[in-house]
Amino acid sequence: MVAEIGQFALVIALCLAVAQSIIPLIGAHRNNLSWMSVGRTAASGQFLFLLISFVCLTYCFVTNDFSVLYVANNSNTKLPVYYQISAVWGAHEGSLLLWVLALSAWGFAVSIFSRALPADMIARVLAVMGMIGIGFILFTLLTSNPFERLFPAAVEGRDLNPLLQDPGLVIHPPMLYMGYVGFSVAFAFAIAALLSGKLDSAWVRWSRPWASVAWVFLTIGIALGSWWAYHELGWGGWWFWDPVENASFMPWLVGTALIHSLTVTEKRSTFKSWTILLSILAFSLSLLGTFLVRSGVLVSVHSFASDPARGVYILGFLAVVVGGSLTLYAWRATQFTVGGRFELVSKETMLLINNVLLVVAMITILIGTLYPLFLDALGLPKLSVGPPYFSAVFVPLMLPLVVLMGIGPIAKWRRVPVKELFSQLKVFLLLGVALGIILPLAIYRDTTVMTTIGIAAAAWAILTALYVVLRLIVKRDGSTSIGKAYSKIPRAMLGMMIAHIGIGVFILGVVFTSAFSDQKEISVKFGEEVGLAGYTFVLEKVTGIQGANYQAMRGSVNVTKQAVPVVTLYPEKRIYTVQRNPMTEPGIQTGVFRDLYVSLGEPINDNEWGFRIYYRPFIQWVWIGTLLMAMGGLLGAMDKRYRNLSKANAKRNSVPHTTPT
Amino acid sequence: MNKFVVLVLMAILSQFNVVSAEIISVAPEYEQRYKHILSELRCLVCQNQTVAESSSGLANDLRIEVKEMLERGATDQEILTFMSDRYGDFVLYNPPIKPRTFLLWIGPFLLLVGGIIFALILVKRRAKNITDNQLSEHEKQRLKDLLDEKNNQEDKNKE
Repeated sequence: MVAEIGQFALVIALCLAVAQSIIPLIGAHRNNLSWMSVGRTAASGQFLFLLISFVCLTYCFVTNDFSVLYVANNSNTKLPVYYQISAVWGAHEGSLLLWVLALSAWGFAVSIFSRALPADMIARVLAVMGMIGIGFILFTLLTSNPFERLFPAAVEGRDLNPLLQDPGLVIHPPMLYMGYVGFSVAFAFAIAALLSGKLDSAWVRWSRPWASVAWVFLTIGIALGSWWAYHELGWGGWWFWDPVENASFMPWLVGTALIHSLTVTEKRSTFKSWTILLSILAFSLSLLGTFLVRSGVLVSVHSFASDPARGVYILGFLAVVVGGSLTLYAWRATQFTVGGRFELVSKETMLLINNVLLVVAMITILIGTLYPLFLDALGLPKLSVGPPYFSAVFVPLMLPLVVLMGIGPIAKWRRVPVKELFSQLKVFLLLGVALGIILPLAIYRDTTVMTTIGIAAAAWAILTALYVVLRLIVKRDGSTSIGKAYSKIPRAMLGMMIAHIGIGVFILGVVFTSAFSDQKEISVKFGEEVGLAGYTFVLEKVTGIQGANYQAMRGSVNVTKQAVPVVTLYPEKRIYTVQRNPMTEPGIQTGVFRDLYVSLGEPINDNEWGFRIYYRPFIQWVWIGTLLMAMGGLLGAMDKRYRNLSKANAKRNSVPHTTPT
Repeated sequence: MNKFVVLVLMAILSQFNVVSAEIISVAPEYEQRYKHILSELRCLVCQNQTVAESSSGLANDLRIEVKEMLERGATDQEILTFMSDRYGDFVLYNPPIKPRTFLLWIGPFLLLVGGIIFALILVKRRAKNITDNQLSEHEKQRLKDLLDEKNNQEDKNKE
């Protein structure tokens, strides 16, 4: 019964999405306020009914209703409740339901927080979001209905894929989807601007916080995915240039470009049509990512649900969205005014180059990810494009970007003398290079050219970002206090500083962990000592334990450093009762400067085991860096001027006014 | 009890053909190269894993193969060539430079150079053609509105 309610709610949500996409659009065209206001109501309703549908599916999981096919395939009575809940999005059908729920949540948020916007703008935005909603709800209902019944009902469920039974996987997909889908708002704003022909700096101020927040979600989502891979796959890596990872990285790169391009459009009302194009691109890549992951055209360690038939639907939808929006773009984008003048050496140019680099990086990943498919389609021999390729091509593209990151924030709009830049930055250039040379030698007594360059880049990024903000405090008027000078700094600028520092921290982590990691893969007898990176590891014993829905062999590994005990780690080899494949659960001690990571291999005999140990310096900095980026983005999105603007507009809009279209 | 669980699990593990997985110890002088080569080889029967990461039987065979070749004094390139002769380029994570991978290798840098040149030309042309004060009537009106509003607000604040 509950499953039927869920499905019914899904159908109602579809009807509301149809209403949301047609009525407000006509209203905006005819300047009919009551028709326009349908958008808000429909968006709220769509969210409500999708939430009901989602709750129903969750209920089926928690109550072990194995007469629902999807539940029977992905859950089990023995599964702990929190994994029963996360199992809702553990496979294709449910994750799609989460996708549309996230979409409607964004629509709902727009309808709440954008009351200050002109009615016709919000009507168009919500209509576009409604159309996307139709596409995906229809997709769910037609090809991937999570509420399909199984007759006769199964006695016991087939359990959630053991790989997904991890805390990281509980929150990773919701975050990632909120990010993917969040770009639909920026997309909808772009389409609305194309439809209405209005793109002024007010438009940017509405659109920009949405793009930032979506970017924040995507950043966190990607970081969690990487964190999960590190904790669950059991071989100590954190990024594999895997197609599924790439699929989420491409919209991130374009989203990053978009955030920067929006700055220029806001401050200098230039780059308008480029900003629109990026908004379209970011969302299109989110759809492409969904297609690549869901269709099964790619082979990956991350994808767990794929079906070619579904791929065709998404590909069709992708074609409609991309084709439609690009046609509209070609038709209407020329009407925007060109904006302010600027010279070759200026903040505008630097942000433009930033955008070129980010977009080229995205296309590189796109080429690398799809190249094997193209060759395959052409009937040529199969090919693999893996980490060595991406590191070789991606790093040279990112290096100039990091250099630019130090210069751009200090450069002035319109025109800036090269001399002035150089005199401000030469200290940091020298400091950066010095640190790049000294740090690796001081910590590890070893270095390579790439390590030096990497650390120098990281130091440069952090120092220049600090300088941008600190100079405002140091060079304040004599009369203003430090606190006052600080409070005067716009949040957007603080956010930028934190995000840029985050990138520096991230680079530090990446460079150190890839240059100075060490690992051993050996077979050991109980009690035998193994040394690695100054630590001594001893596998004391392996005992059997009984988990909720698995049995495991748990090793006890004593770690000492110069005879001083450091930690005891408990890596496990699990066999999940239902699906029966062996899973590796590493034992990890996390530290600020290094992680110790051990995982059990295979038993050789009664008292000898295969054993993998890893020493991973600075690896946590990778995630700390990403967290800083996300925090910076969030801070930027909360800048005062966006809130003030909505207040000012709310005042103006309280008297119903109409704008000529 | 514990002992029993261990025995049962070992029996289960044995079905996966991994119990006999040999841990291959390589002489220290080869270790660095060994690790490097394994990380560039794709396990052909896995989803998307390197030979270094995979615990499949095939990956195990390939590890032994690499070790033996190293001991026979083969160079890294010889080993990789041997692997790709036997299994095709699919086994190499680092795609070799061949006519059909030109686009893959050169494409990004062509795009970069092209993109930057295009952007700079655009900037130059703009700097020449655009003068400031290109506000439309609508924008001028809006600017005036905004300024008025701001002034009003400031007046209010003063009060």
